[in-house]
Amino acid sequence: MAKNSLASPVDLVVIGGSAGSLDVILRMLPPLSHDLRFPVIIVLHRKSTFDSSLSDLFATRTSLTVKEAEEKEYLRPGVIYLAPADYHLLVEKNLTLSLDYSEKVNYSRPSIDVTFQTAADALEGNLAGILLSGANADGALGLKTIHSAGGITAAQNPGSAEMPYMPNQALALSVVDYILNIDEIAYFVNKLSDSKTKFHSE
Amino acid sequence: MEQNALKDTDVETLLNDLLELYGYDFTEYSKASIKRRVNRLYILDRFLSFAEFRYRIKADPDYLKRFVEQITVTVTEMFRDPPFYKSLRENVLPTLGTYPFIRIWHAGCSSGEEVYSMAVLLEEANLLHKSLLYATDINPEVLDKARKGIFSLAHMKQYSENYISSGGKKEFSQYYTANYDKVIFDDRFRKKMIFSTHNLVSDRSFNVFQLILCRNVLIYFDKDLQTRVFDLFEESLENLGFLALGSKETLRFSNIAARFKQTDKEKIWRKIA
Repeated sequence: MAKNSLASPVDLVVIGGSAGSLDVILRMLPPLSHDLRFPVIIVLHRKSTFDSSLSDLFATRTSLTVKEAEEKEYLRPGVIYLAPADYHLLVEKNLTLSLDYSEKVNYSRPSIDVTFQTAADALEGNLAGILLSGANADGALGLKTIHSAGGITAAQNPGSAEMPYMPNQALALSVVDYILNIDEIAYFVNKLSDSKTKFHSE
Repeated sequence: MEQNALKDTDVETLLNDLLELYGYDFTEYSKASIKRRVNRLYILDRFLSFAEFRYRIKADPDYLKRFVEQITVTVTEMFRDPPFYKSLRENVLPTLGTYPFIRIWHAGCSSGEEVYSMAVLLEEANLLHKSLLYATDINPEVLDKARKGIFSLAHMKQYSENYISSGGKKEFSQYYTANYDKVIFDDRFRKKMIFSTHNLVSDRSFNVFQLILCRNVLIYFDKDLQTRVFDLFEESLENLGFLALGSKETLRFSNIAARFKQTDKEKIWRKIA
């Protein structure tokens, strides 16, 4: 797979996190550019009782539209989609979203791996994946799939993570291009949105 | 699990085989989901090549059963989304009670957990004696499980909690008998159930109902197929009948939306025209 071209390096950013990542996202949202030219998908492990109020909470931190992902909806640039509790969220090749209530993956539903892997497949590598704090191995294989497909990968610096296990799992697979501190994540996403920036995978 | 052992074209080839040889049509299922299911099975069953996998599906009828069972999602639970069941108790069953005879269709019932949940609700509303629950699925294997009414004891703690959150006032364990690690639901429930294979993709309407439940099935279908299934439901529903969908499914953008009215914030619609 060819590296991302200068004209269109990244068409989607997927972010996954588990324990300790909620606060990271809340800190990442305010500095995000309000005209991101790609959609952002966030997959967070949470209790299934924690309903759609999470998207309302996120919406208070950014002027970008934040919404819970709905099945069959088209991804739109500048919109932040949150995987609903207790469903896997899949990205289709026609850039719509699918929900799936199949078995948990890595004890998780939504599973970060499922979203990352289907997104890598759908975008043919023209995407970036960021893995945050967590106490679970979910997401590492997904990041590997993004990496193999030619996408850009990043993980939260385990030293800054409340639960370093998850980013460490990805680092152990040697599939992480960028290691980011909490305050660098929004900057990183904004840079991806700036089409003049050339990112390198190695 | 690695996602992409099989290519899109491999998956298409298999789906075409299934349609041509067996009449199972998965070609209008959501692509990413079906690809993931097929890949998952390929890896789970340790096939070494696509050719071997394809041959096995074509040549081994037992493996075909496994294939269909494994690529369709059969995950379900009793009283899943307790507020939904609470709404059935409070808003739907009182209306159904006014009918002399109640016909309910569980479309895509999988191993039957929702059907037994409904039977419990009906009994508690004193309606079970005049109800008939039609439960259908594409997958004969899961229907066998549903028909037996035997479930794992390990799940009962969660199901009791769901039952209580749904407004259940009894001891949930009174509805089943436990034996070793299994429970069997009382015969009086099973007597009111009819299990049958039915394929929402290709089969027609077979009766008219006052309530149709089809929860977390349509999410696996593409838009065109969803449209046809909505038509099938509309055709199979009595006027003023109810249609219940999964918590992330909606009629809102569908072809039949104008003839239905959502009853409350749960995913329950009433046919009004």
